[in-house]
Amino acid sequence: MNGIPMEFGLLLSAVLFVLGLIGVMVRRNLIMILMSLEVMLNATGLAFIVAGSRWGQADGQIMFLLILTLAAAEVGVGLGLALQIFHRFNTLDADSVNEMQG
Amino acid sequence: MELILFYLTSAVAILATVMMITRLNAVHGLLYLILSLLAVGVIFFLLGAHFAAVLEVIIYAGAIMVLFVFVIMMLNQGQKTINQERDWLQPGIWIWPSLLALVLLVEMVMVVVLGGNAETGHIVNSKQVGIALYGPYLLAVELASMLLLAGLVGAYHLGKPMLKVTRPRRDS
Repeated sequence: MNGIPMEFGLLLSAVLFVLGLIGVMVRRNLIMILMSLEVMLNATGLAFIVAGSRWGQADGQIMFLLILTLAAAEVGVGLGLALQIFHRFNTLDADSVNEMQG
Repeated sequence: MELILFYLTSAVAILATVMMITRLNAVHGLLYLILSLLAVGVIFFLLGAHFAAVLEVIIYAGAIMVLFVFVIMMLNQGQKTINQERDWLQPGIWIWPSLLALVLLVEMVMVVVLGGNAETGHIVNSKQVGIALYGPYLLAVELASMLLLAGLVGAYHLGKPMLKVTRPRRDS
């Protein structure tokens, strides 16, 4: 019945998650960091969908919906922060905000 | 056949993600990110989660990516923008995302022509999702709405033109 093995779906999810993690750690542009975070959230959603498809339950898609909500809120706040940092420091380098004082 | 489609789509997704995290220009990376999200949407469809596939395309590749495009374009002010745009529109830049997207298009046409049932997992349709969403998961829906409200307030507060910069007080 299930033509796609669950292992391959979970493997793809893990690969995408690791790629997003590498992007977060390697890149220093704030926009690219946010985009890599999107990839990571998407990979976790894929894992939930694979599990939901394996067991034939609707819970996987509901978890994906909640992850979608989380991603939308995170992008809104994150891009607002990126705009503020750009207005203050005139750069999008994440290392430029390493001084936390006050 | 569905296994071949799955492997092909997985290859497209991984390739697009690798290209995304190695692009120097944010707009080029955004092209590949949209492609990666579309490929994952196709995988959702192949796994029988049609509702999630539709949401992936509409909300992720549609709404959230539009936010990124807005912010990237807002941060590119000044006279050099025109030169940048000319550089961005060179054929060598957008030909590779287009080719990868063409692979996804070919897959879709193949599925439609060959009878339209490429999904192989247990099909969980939107009716089941809706019933579960407003039954045992009602509290989660309320929490998600609270989260969205908090995100809205936070984005509004942060999106003001310039927050008043408070100088750090240097107490004696």
